[in-house]
Amino acid sequence: MPLLEVKDLKTYFATGDGVVKAVDGVSFSIEKGQTLGIVGESGSGKSVTCLTIMGLNPKRRTTSTGEALFNGEDLLKASPSRLREIRGNDIAMIFQDPMTSLNPVHTVGTQLVEAVTLHRNVSRGQAKKRALELLKQVGIPRAERRIDDYPHQFSGGMRQRVMIAMALINDPDLLIADEPTTALDVTTQAQILTLIEKLQSDYDSAVIMITHDLGVIAEIADDVVVMYAAEVVEKSPVDRIFKKPHHPYTWGLMGSLPRLDADLERLTQIPGQPPSLLRPPAGCRFNPRCAYVMDVCRTKAPPLEPVRGDATHLQACHLDEETKDREAARLLHMFASGAA
Amino acid sequence: MTTPAQPPNETADGTPLTGDELLVVDGLQKYFPITRGIIFQKQIAAVQAVDGVTFTVNEGETLGVVGESGCGKSTMARCVMKLLEPTGGRILFRGRDITNLSRSAMRPYRREMMMIFQDPYASLNPRKRVGFIVAEALELHKLGTQAEIKRRVQELLEVVGLNPEHYNRFPHEFSGGQRQRIGIARALAVNPKLIVCDEPVSALDVSVQAQVLNLLKDLQRDFNLTFIFIAHDLNVVRYISDRVLVMYLGQIVESGDRNNLYDSPQHPYTGALLSAVPVADPEVSRGRQRIVLEGDVPSPINPPKACRFHPRCPRFVEGRCDVEPPELVLRGAAAPDHLTRCHYPLERWPLTVDEMRRREEAPAAAASEG
Repeated sequence: MPLLEVKDLKTYFATGDGVVKAVDGVSFSIEKGQTLGIVGESGSGKSVTCLTIMGLNPKRRTTSTGEALFNGEDLLKASPSRLREIRGNDIAMIFQDPMTSLNPVHTVGTQLVEAVTLHRNVSRGQAKKRALELLKQVGIPRAERRIDDYPHQFSGGMRQRVMIAMALINDPDLLIADEPTTALDVTTQAQILTLIEKLQSDYDSAVIMITHDLGVIAEIADDVVVMYAAEVVEKSPVDRIFKKPHHPYTWGLMGSLPRLDADLERLTQIPGQPPSLLRPPAGCRFNPRCAYVMDVCRTKAPPLEPVRGDATHLQACHLDEETKDREAARLLHMFASGAA
Repeated sequence: MTTPAQPPNETADGTPLTGDELLVVDGLQKYFPITRGIIFQKQIAAVQAVDGVTFTVNEGETLGVVGESGCGKSTMARCVMKLLEPTGGRILFRGRDITNLSRSAMRPYRREMMMIFQDPYASLNPRKRVGFIVAEALELHKLGTQAEIKRRVQELLEVVGLNPEHYNRFPHEFSGGQRQRIGIARALAVNPKLIVCDEPVSALDVSVQAQVLNLLKDLQRDFNLTFIFIAHDLNVVRYISDRVLVMYLGQIVESGDRNNLYDSPQHPYTGALLSAVPVADPEVSRGRQRIVLEGDVPSPINPPKACRFHPRCPRFVEGRCDVEPPELVLRGAAAPDHLTRCHYPLERWPLTVDEMRRREEAPAAAASEG
């Protein structure tokens, strides 16, 4: 049984302008010890998917349907008190912005101790010992002294470490990291990614990594979900998708990425903007921006189906295999020929 | 505060100038004072944001500047634009020293150097229409009649890929990428020679980022523009730049031709930066090792002595790196314009952390330091 299985998840927000379908039929699953990367641009629904799983969306004007089975228990049907038990204990989350996700008027020690005492029946002293242990593990120098500091006394990278320490303090089975390195410099990003990998192998936790950076995905993910306009357009083990991407949006993402290892003359660009989720385009949602659009794309939404000869690689596109083979090969050839 | 008189044909460190450079930045310093007291303010320290930066930019090229937050790259750009008064050093634009020009004497030069900012949400006035925002510089410099200016603005909107009929819209009606295009149109309005781009794409999604980067390249080709392109994303800088400067704590630690610098970095910091960038290819990224630097960038109020990178450097040598400040010079077997500020430059690339620590006593490197 997978650790987390999400089936046909839908999250709709009722707004003054109409219903925003922020997540529209997303399914994926993740095993213990695995890392799932969810990649997509702003507004593709990747963060809302995870907030829905965690039960963190505002109650009013939100409808969530589908299933999110965590160890067989449907989180969407769980009571608020049961969710509070699970959050921070079995499932923990790291948010993008370490500046706003810590409470500025409490010391980091107090906040870490609270995270322990909420879920464990231990004394404050024991909890503090545990907090100190975690701060050391995430590599905060002089942790004994820093534990009584306030968040503003830490740098961005250090605050993100405190967030990670807090997320891991109760040995969660699942860690959801929502763009944990986006606000950080590259050398700090390298420190944090190395840390997440190490802690994952130490505790055998599963990690869902939400990012817009295909580089981060290639570095740490085992499986990849590509989201576009609230839907999954491609899902595959990491090697396959980088070796043979199947969806024109994935091609666009890869082609528009400037690369360190290749000298590209010109980036492939995806024309236009992502669609409004109030009134998404009929048929395939990518059709107004797709260079390979056919008549069928404008009327019929392509189902998410396995590619020929590979049941683990799913994609949602009407294009024929031959075109896809050709275009994927052309893209990879472009990278290879530009490589220094 | 005083700048010693320099012969006009060389920089403070003796680099000869041909006189054809569009921009020469020579020993630029910017210190921000830290004061104590309310009425009688006494300076107790200074943030050494930029400390002795020297480089030249030729017409039609793109100079990329990379570095982490706090390395002084934005302060440097603002000094070049004369938005901040430099503490020391000089700035030559087309051979003319503009360092100490008054506001009015500076005005003709303002037409020739424009800036594109990082945040497309904060850099456009939300209460002004797009037409006004783009036209403002034209009106300030009195370049044409109302009708001519309007025609020019519509032309500019078209050049940057916006609908000219959106002239009367407000910034909030546009997406992030479109706003950045408005910022580009505004910078282009007065036909500048030099455009300083301060992190122009870091707030954008990848697909939109690619659109804006391609647009900048096209504009450079069509209008013979010169760019100083500041970014923290090394991938983006590689794509857009001809030459690259790497900054660390207010100083240039390495500079050179794009391909030389990316393919055979010489400074350990550049090496660490390059190894830290995730590569969008699982086979490549699995086969290599990240060089993880210890700790954070030190405070620019009291930067480390001698080599500023020495407390974090994997090949730190006691008694040398913390005593003798390295100069930014040509080292070892590097290409002629590839300069490095390090006593022990990297012999080859890629290196692992252990190989970096076990530096080879390269005779070539030792000889060049004389």
